[in-house]
Amino acid sequence: MTINTEMPVHVAAITKVADSVKRFRLERVDGGVMPVFSGGAHVVVAMQDGKLLRHNPYSLMSRPGDTSAFEISVLRVESSRGGSHFLHDKISVGDTLTVSQPINLFPFDHRGRKHLFFAGGIGITPFIAMMAQMAQEGRNFELHYAMRTRSHGAYWQELAERYGPSRVKIYCDVENLFIPVDEILARQPLGTHMYVCGPAGMIDAVLGKGKALGWPRQNLHFERFLAPPTGKPFEAVLQRSGKTITVGEHQSMLEAIEAAGVDAPYLCRGGACGQCETNIVSCTGELLHNDIYLEPADKASGKKIMICVSRLKGETITLDI
Amino acid sequence: MLVQGIKSRPVYTGFAIDENAQRHLFALEGEGARALLDQVKKVGKEFLAVSEILHVGEAHGKELAALGADILWSAPTTPVLLNRLRQNLINARMGTRLYLSGTEGFIGQAMKVALEQGIDFGSIVTEHRGSEARRVQCVHCKGITDNVTTQPFTCSHCGLTLLVRDHYSRRLAAFQGVCIDAEEPGSAPPPEVRFP
Ligand code: FES
Repeated sequence: MTINTEMPVHVAAITKVADSVKRFRLERVDGGVMPVFSGGAHVVVAMQDGKLLRHNPYSLMSRPGDTSAFEISVLRVESSRGGSHFLHDKISVGDTLTVSQPINLFPFDHRGRKHLFFAGGIGITPFIAMMAQMAQEGRNFELHYAMRTRSHGAYWQELAERYGPSRVKIYCDVENLFIPVDEILARQPLGTHMYVCGPAGMIDAVLGKGKALGWPRQNLHFERFLAPPTGKPFEAVLQRSGKTITVGEHQSMLEAIEAAGVDAPYLCRGGACGQCETNIVSCTGELLHNDIYLEPADKASGKKIMICVSRLKGETITLDI
Repeated sequence: MLVQGIKSRPVYTGFAIDENAQRHLFALEGEGARALLDQVKKVGKEFLAVSEILHVGEAHGKELAALGADILWSAPTTPVLLNRLRQNLINARMGTRLYLSGTEGFIGQAMKVALEQGIDFGSIVTEHRGSEARRVQCVHCKGITDNVTTQPFTCSHCGLTLLVRDHYSRRLAAFQGVCIDAEEPGSAPPPEVRFP
């Protein structure tokens, strides 16, 4: 893709860190240094899974400033379309992958007086890098980390040891310990920023509580990686490129377009950043907008679509691409 | 002449009470009191029970007192008000919404205090009331002059004739004034009242 200069990397180490979670250490094939990134950044990992070229975003969890390697943690998602299965089951030490330059769509607000993190499950990963950076910069932060069971949760022991019990709080579903979001939000000093990453339900709940308690939207931050939903295949006509392609059941439009050798812009591949916004020339059928970027009016207009996560329920869509 | 269309020119979108806020903190200068009084007319008195009003200025003191807000405090001068505002913000919790109204110079200075406490400027509710006089920093001598009403104006610190631009610094809470007749001293047009 045009904005990203991709880097070939090899897998230097794979560590099992919890039930269904593995950490991958990626080093550059040419032995060069990795670009620096800031806490909250992610990379897009490209993997050739048989005939399919997959691109999945993963938060960087190594220490920002460490240029020897990138580290990502991957949860094996049962219902996933395969990216996490591929990394878990088919990749071993020494294999080669391709990663994009780091992109930060979840940066922390440097002006904040305090930073409050809410993590659910694998949503911990961006916060690991953020906390490392904040600890070094002497910032005030507090983590509330929810997980199903202690063996499902990754890194909680290390984090609790490193930052101490007053800065790291663990909550476990099976122990009937849930994050008391209301109480926590009610006692924060003015100028606090809140960040949430985890399952969609958790993100919505925490943001909703923040809003209901009078937190300004400028202080509410979240990151959700939407995996592109699957659906019935349909046809896409790429008007400018003069190509007609089929978007498969387990493929996003963006992936199908890339597979056809057409360069389309993207950053998050999760319906959040707006980079892949594409104009619709015409379409027969119903648009299934799955992004969280377009305004409702844009969605209703039928003129725009985010090709990384949205689909058509119908026959043909003609795109200005 | 103002060199308009500059992005840093602050915009004041007007008061609207945040229904979700747990507490409301108002800092009002002079005619700024009317911004709050008008809101009460519009949405009723309920929010006043969880409101604190900091006020400076001769007029409207009685009307504000009649509102019966949780706390009303009148400051003798703007700097004293800003000090109290700073203390308030240090102790305040999230869920407190800050509202500022008065002249641009006042809003800017109060906002500067708030920014220093890590509050996002976008979350501060502002309404411009009263004079349009500007607080201007001379970019040459760095001196700041309050209540500038004319264009151009003579710097009260170094005496240069300055063009007041729309270019605004949130950090200084001041517009930038740039020498208008540097090439040919004395060629500046006569001052006109532009910020009454
Ligand atoms: S790539 Fe970010 S919204 Fe599609």
